[in-house]
Amino acid sequence: MTRRLLSGDYPRSRMLATLLLLILAGLAFAPFAFPGTRSLDVAAKVCVFILLVASYDLLLGYTGIVSFAHTMFFGIGAYGIAIAATRLGPTWGSLVLGSLVALACSALLSLLIGMLSLRVKTIFFAMITLAVASFFAILASQLSGFTGGEDGLTYKLPQLLLPGTKLLEAPLFGVEINGRIVSYYIVFFTAAALFLALLRVVNSPFGRVLQAIRENDFRAEAIGYRSVIYRSVANCVAALAASAAGILYALWLRYAGPDTTLSFDIMIDILLMVVIGGMGTMYGAVVGATLFVIAQTYLQDLMKLASDAAAGIPLLPDLVHPDRWLLWLGILFILSVYRFPAGIVGKLRGRQ
Amino acid sequence: MSNLLALSGVNTRIGHYHILQGVDFVVPQGGFTMLLGRNGAGKTTCLRTIMGLWKASAGRIDFDGADIAGRSTPAVAQLGIGYVPESMGIFAGLTVRENLTLAARDGPIDEKRLDWMFGLFPALKKFWHLPAGHLSGGQKQMLAIARAMIEPRKLLLVDEPTKGLAPAIIAHMVEAFRELKRTDTTILLVEQNFNFARSLGDTVAVMDSGRIVHSGNMGELAGNEALQYRLLGLSLDAHQ
Amino acid sequence: MSPEKDELPGAVLDKSPLALIPVIALVALPLIPSLPTWVTLTVAGLAMGMMIFIMASGLTLVFGLMDVMNFAHGAFITIGAFVATSVLLPLAGWTRADSLWMNLAAMLLAVLAAMAVTGAIGLAFERVIIKPVYGQHLKQILITMGGLIVAEQLILAIWGPDMIALPKPVTLRGSFIFGDIVIEKYRVLAVLVGLAVFAAMFLVLNRTRVGLLIRAGVEDSEMVESLGYRIRRVFIGVFAAGSALAGLGGVMWALYQETVTSAMGMHVMILIFIVIIIGGLGSVGGCFIGSLLVGLMANYVGFLAPKIALGSNILLMVLILLWRPQGLYPVAKR
Repeated sequence: MTRRLLSGDYPRSRMLATLLLLILAGLAFAPFAFPGTRSLDVAAKVCVFILLVASYDLLLGYTGIVSFAHTMFFGIGAYGIAIAATRLGPTWGSLVLGSLVALACSALLSLLIGMLSLRVKTIFFAMITLAVASFFAILASQLSGFTGGEDGLTYKLPQLLLPGTKLLEAPLFGVEINGRIVSYYIVFFTAAALFLALLRVVNSPFGRVLQAIRENDFRAEAIGYRSVIYRSVANCVAALAASAAGILYALWLRYAGPDTTLSFDIMIDILLMVVIGGMGTMYGAVVGATLFVIAQTYLQDLMKLASDAAAGIPLLPDLVHPDRWLLWLGILFILSVYRFPAGIVGKLRGRQ
Repeated sequence: MSNLLALSGVNTRIGHYHILQGVDFVVPQGGFTMLLGRNGAGKTTCLRTIMGLWKASAGRIDFDGADIAGRSTPAVAQLGIGYVPESMGIFAGLTVRENLTLAARDGPIDEKRLDWMFGLFPALKKFWHLPAGHLSGGQKQMLAIARAMIEPRKLLLVDEPTKGLAPAIIAHMVEAFRELKRTDTTILLVEQNFNFARSLGDTVAVMDSGRIVHSGNMGELAGNEALQYRLLGLSLDAHQ
Repeated sequence: MSPEKDELPGAVLDKSPLALIPVIALVALPLIPSLPTWVTLTVAGLAMGMMIFIMASGLTLVFGLMDVMNFAHGAFITIGAFVATSVLLPLAGWTRADSLWMNLAAMLLAVLAAMAVTGAIGLAFERVIIKPVYGQHLKQILITMGGLIVAEQLILAIWGPDMIALPKPVTLRGSFIFGDIVIEKYRVLAVLVGLAVFAAMFLVLNRTRVGLLIRAGVEDSEMVESLGYRIRRVFIGVFAAGSALAGLGGVMWALYQETVTSAMGMHVMILIFIVIIIGGLGSVGGCFIGSLLVGLMANYVGFLAPKIALGSNILLMVLILLWRPQGLYPVAKR
């Protein structure tokens, strides 16, 4: 059972397995273990980013391509829900339609970009995706009649998903079972299922060919694999998964805007999560996204203490200022790329 | 005659491949040494290791009285070694003049030497201001050799200069190398074309599978067809 | 020396990409309602193109020579701009004086300071961040992105998160007016500085020994080493010079916008990448033409349909890649 779920790709480290089980348990029982709006928000965000980062790992870690267009596909998913819900009303039918249109757009766009530019160098692809993604972000903020511009879109969802909807008369384990809890579990189970699907992809024969191409493009071609086609398909699968993450995020937030999905800052967050968690491991996405989102929410409180404590020393308070938390993650990122490219997961596995 | 260059026990690894597995041979001062062998025997790797483009993992490379194994490529070149790689390494976007100007490390090109070069390779004079990428294969090879010799060098390393060239141009090349030999330059030349090698070489070393399997006088090898056949797999008609 | 001089041109230049600039300008002419507007937009486009060229040229040259694409280049631009605020704001007496020479002297000081700082940071960046990952493209992209994150955070820590206003020096404000044609003074200055940088780069690359080394190194750095030159030293120098040019471009751009924000570098980087891709990765000449094309396009389309200005440049990039998949001037590599 476990073997089939994980596609035979075990954590291969007792520490890592424990950590993953803790994260799984924490997310599965989040509404009961950590009641409160803020912590449930954090848990949902962790679920969404695990999926988003895992899909990015398929590209970066397994296929060896750097794309800066991942947030674009994330945003297409989110805006698909947002626009459908705004235009067609808060019905299940419009959500399904919005999702399907978003997924189709992502598939088409990713194949187009892949076919046009994946045959060239890694650097070229990175530059092109960066240009296209920023164009898309600017487009989204300028077509304000359609996308809500800089303000984004706030919309209603079907009754079942609204916080006001009570499903049980009495609270369960002291928690009121309402539409938010339903939404959370939709996010949790979809993200978990898609993560396992991605794990299956990287452990399939297809995934092995991708890794062969990453290691040695020429040799893979010589054996007879058309590397452009494999890369394009990987790019497309990653884009679809990113859009799915966008759909889940839009369902959870009931809001879609440039800052939550399309901005370059999110692209940087994804890079930080995948590299610090561990490239090419899939589990790195789980560890990286969880640590990052928790740090994003709670590390700043800690740094405020440090900053206040360092008051009076020149520059130091500025460096440990709560807003500077990315500085330290950036340094950790650089060290990761040099010292332990397999990130935290690699470190944990190496100890065994 | 003393040895200008001597390799002893040189090993070179490229990635997982162990290419040179203990190479020993000498290049006598003032002589013309031919390094022969089949494709993949390690001849090119040998020249690249001497130049420091691959690092030897073990062994000594003595040049002019000093061990140069492990030195950087520019340092090796500055000791007075000119190198013509198999790809020729012509700067296609630079003109013929610029290619040669760059090769003259110690300042402006010596005009007497340049005229002598033009005598050897008249095409270079004709296309002096043309980007080198526009030259024909044979003209590029001549530019590559001229570039390695635009200032006097103690040793010239040349990797398969006849590759892909027409017989008439090869004949011209033989003349040019004879002329170079008269200037008291020591030359180590990698070759597959045995006729070409025989017409120029004084001494010879034969490689196979990353080792030297024969070395001696060219005359000895040229006169012994059985040995040639065993070492190089030459059939009789290849002699024509 | 006997050969006849100048019997053939020094380099056979592929001229068709050059024609794109007048073509774009002429296509725009009938679309724009009046001739004076067209002239104003053309000058504005050329000025913007020159500033982009200043920022992009160093990056493309570094790529051509070392096969390194520095994704943190935008941070150098931002740093240059912030250094300019640190120099120019205290020198308000000079910039507010109604004397062209005082104004230019203040700007010169700001430019020198910015170039010195970004050049020095570039030097350190090459040594510490990039040197260990030469030849590994994936790691290079990641590591320079990491450098970008850290640099942006340091900028925020030093100069604070708020936008800083940076007014132009007094005599560089306003416009020259010829009949109906209005040309901003600062744009003329930008064109002059851009031309000066281009001319200097052209002279260094084509008339000096170092330039010869750089051009040869772009083609085949291994062969340059085999000729006895330590190309690494040239690499470091070019990297520092490219970073200093980013600093110069940052100052020019900041005074053009009259505001400085921590995001400005990343913002311009998108245009810079488009320019480098259009020109051909590693080609300085292609970068120059690409910059002018992008500058003109941005201004014409910005006037006709402001919402799709960036889109038009992406479209331009795609069209040029369909025509020449390696960009206008592909750099010959081994």
